[in-house]
Amino acid sequence: MLKIENLHVSVDERKILKGLDLSVNAGEVHAIMGPNGSGKSTLAQVLAGKDNYDVTRGRVVYRGEELLEMEPEERARQGVFLAFQYPTEIPGVNNAYLLKAAVNAQRDANGEPQVDAFEFMRLIRSKMELMNISKEFLNRSVNEGFSGGEKKRNEILQMLVLEPSLAILDETDSGLDVDALKIVAAGVNSLRSKDRAMVLVTHYERLLELIVPDHVHVLSDGRIVKSGDRELARELDARGYDWVQQEAARA
Amino acid sequence: MATQQKEITDLVKRKYEHGFVTDIEQEFVPPGLDEDVIRLISQKKGEPEFLTEWRLKAYRHWLTMTEPEWAHVRYEPIDYQSISYYAAPKSQENAPKSLDEVDPKLLETYDKLGIPLHERARLAGVAVDAVFDSVSVATTFKEKLAEAGVIFCSFSDAVKSHPELVRKYLGTVVPYRDNFFAALNSATFSDGSFVYVPKGVRCPMELSTYFRINAANTGQFERTLIVADEGSHVSYLEGCTAPMRDENQLHAAVVELVALEGAEIKYSTVQNWYPGDENGVGGIYNFVTKRGECRGANSKISWTQVETGSAITWKYPSCVLRGENSVGEFYSVAVANNYQQADTGTKMLHIGANTRSTIISKGISAGHGQNAYRGLVRVLPTARDARNYTQCDSLLLGDKCGAHTFPYIESRQRSARVEHEATTSKISEDQLFYCRQRGLSEEDAVNMIVNGFCREVFKELPMEFAVEAQNLMNVTLEGAVG
Repeated sequence: MLKIENLHVSVDERKILKGLDLSVNAGEVHAIMGPNGSGKSTLAQVLAGKDNYDVTRGRVVYRGEELLEMEPEERARQGVFLAFQYPTEIPGVNNAYLLKAAVNAQRDANGEPQVDAFEFMRLIRSKMELMNISKEFLNRSVNEGFSGGEKKRNEILQMLVLEPSLAILDETDSGLDVDALKIVAAGVNSLRSKDRAMVLVTHYERLLELIVPDHVHVLSDGRIVKSGDRELARELDARGYDWVQQEAARA
Repeated sequence: MATQQKEITDLVKRKYEHGFVTDIEQEFVPPGLDEDVIRLISQKKGEPEFLTEWRLKAYRHWLTMTEPEWAHVRYEPIDYQSISYYAAPKSQENAPKSLDEVDPKLLETYDKLGIPLHERARLAGVAVDAVFDSVSVATTFKEKLAEAGVIFCSFSDAVKSHPELVRKYLGTVVPYRDNFFAALNSATFSDGSFVYVPKGVRCPMELSTYFRINAANTGQFERTLIVADEGSHVSYLEGCTAPMRDENQLHAAVVELVALEGAEIKYSTVQNWYPGDENGVGGIYNFVTKRGECRGANSKISWTQVETGSAITWKYPSCVLRGENSVGEFYSVAVANNYQQADTGTKMLHIGANTRSTIISKGISAGHGQNAYRGLVRVLPTARDARNYTQCDSLLLGDKCGAHTFPYIESRQRSARVEHEATTSKISEDQLFYCRQRGLSEEDAVNMIVNGFCREVFKELPMEFAVEAQNLMNVTLEGAVG
C-alpha cells in the first residue's frame, strides 16, 4: 500500500526528516510515536501533499505510484485521507456542503455519478449517529466555533464518508476527553478492514488502548529508531522516550 | 508563500460571457448635449409639458455643477459632448403592442442572455421589463399583475398612462439637484421601469428589469421609480450586461423607492456590466444614484447588491428613514478584479424615532482591483433610540489589489446606538490545503471559500438570483490554477 524509502524533508533549510523508512501493507494499522519535534506531523503533512516542505531525498510509493508527484487533490481522490491535527475554519461554508463536494470530487475521479442531496443524506446518516453528530451541526460553517472535540469528530465523520484506502490521523487524540476519545476510536475502528491501511500519529499511548495497532514505530530526530508491537507503546508510556533515544544513539 | 500568491493571482483571470453585440438597426440622436437634444428626447417619448420642463431645469442645474472627485476611483475625464444620449432599435419606433410584434433579434438577444421574454418560457414567478439601450422593449406578465392592481411598465409607458403618479413621486427621493450624475440623468433619462403597488397588496410575483447596453458610443441613463403604497409589499430584481468594447461607456442611472406606512420594498441587483479586459481597457462606468425613502411609519427598504461588473462602480444605495420604526438594510458583495475599481457603500439617514438600519458589506479584491466601502450613518436629533449595525469585511486575493474602508458616523442623538465592525482577510493556505486534501481542485476550493465569504449577502437574494450570483462569482474567479 505505502512504501516510504529514505525520506529526507526540510523546512526553510532546517532538516526535519532524515532518512525515514516505513512500509505499510493493506489491512495494517501503524502507530508512529515520538517526542515533540521528532517530525511526526511533518510526515503526515508531506504524505498529504502540503507545500512549503522540501523533499530533498527519497521517495514514497503509494499503490504503485509516486505519491510525491501528485497534487494534494489527486492524492485525496485516490484514497489518501489526512485527519488534521488542527482542522481549519472556513467561515460561511456549510459543513455538509464541503463534505458533499468532497464525495463528488472523488466520485468524479472514479467516473461515478454525482450524489444528490437525498442520496448524500442517506449516505451519511448512520455515520453521523456513530460520531454523535447532529443534523444541525452539519449546517454550521466548517469548523467555525467548533469545540476541539467537535472538530476531531467531524474529521472522523469525513473519513467515514470518504472511505479512504490510506488514512493518516495526525494527533487525533489530542485535546479530547475520555468520552470523545471513545467516540473517535469507535469511528476509526469501524473503518478497519483488510483493504485499508491506517497510520496513527500520536504522542500518547492512551489512543492505542482503544485503537490497537499492528505495529508501533518510534520516530526520533527524523528517523524511525525502533519498531515493535503494541507492547512497545505500553513500554514507552511507562518509561518515556529517553531510553529509546539513548539506545538509538548507541547503535 | 510567494508561489501561493502567484497562483491566486493567476486564478482570477476572467471570461465575460455576455460580451456579444446584437446587430440591429438603431436610431441615434447625434452625440452631444444641449437643450434641443433634451427637447428631442422628450418629444420622441411624447412627454407632457411638466416633464420636459423638469428635464430642462435639471439640465440647467447640471451645467452649474462639477463632476465629483472624492471617490476612490481614477479615470480619464469624460467628454459629455461625445456621447449619444439616445439609441433605440428602429423596430421599436412604433412601439409594438405585444411580444409577437417585438423584433425577433431583440427576443433572441434576451434568450441568449438567459432572460427569455416569452411568458411561457419564463420562470413562473418573475415578471420582466427588458430595457435595451434607451428603451424598454417588452414587459411581461402585465395583465396578471394588473389583476392585483400592480402597475409594472416601462417608465415611458407610465408617463403616458399614469402621469399623475409620476408627477407626484418623480424626483422626491433623488431631486435633480442631488448630484452631478443624478442631474445629468434627470435631464436625459430615456427609459427604465415603473412600479406602483397599491394599498395592502402583496405583489404576487417577483418583478425584474434587465438592462442591456448594446449600441456603441452611447450612454444608458435609465430611471426607475418604485412606489409601495401603505401596507404593500414588493420584491424587485435588476440585472445588467453589456458588449465587450475597448471604449468606456457611461451608465448613469437613478433609482427612487418610496415606501409608505407599513410598506416593504426589497430591491436586489446583480450587476454584471462589462468590466473591461484584463489590462483595464474598456468597460462600463457605472455611476448610479439609488435611494429609498421609508416615508411612512413601520416601513422597510432592503437593498441587496452583487456588483461583479463595470470598470468603475460608484454607487451608494441609501435609505432615508423618515417614518418612525422604519427599517433600512443594505447587503452588498462587490468584486474588483483586474483593473476594476469599486467605490460603493450606503447611506443610512435616521430621521424618525426608533429607526433601525443594518449594513453588511463584503468586498472582494483581486488582480489590481481596488475596492472601497464608503458608508455614512447619520442620526438626526429627532431619531430617538435609533440603531445601526455595520459590518464591513474585505477579502484580498493576491497582493496587488487593495481594500479600503471609509465609514462616516454622525450622531446627534444621544440615545442612538451605532456599531461598526470591519475585517480584512486573505484566503489562507491552510484553508486551501484543507479543501484540496478533501479532493477539491484549487479553483473549486477558492470558489467555495469566496462564496462562503459572501453567504450572509447571498442568502438575502431571491432564490433564482442567489444561484445566478453564485455562478457569477465562479465565472468571475474562473481561470487558472497555477
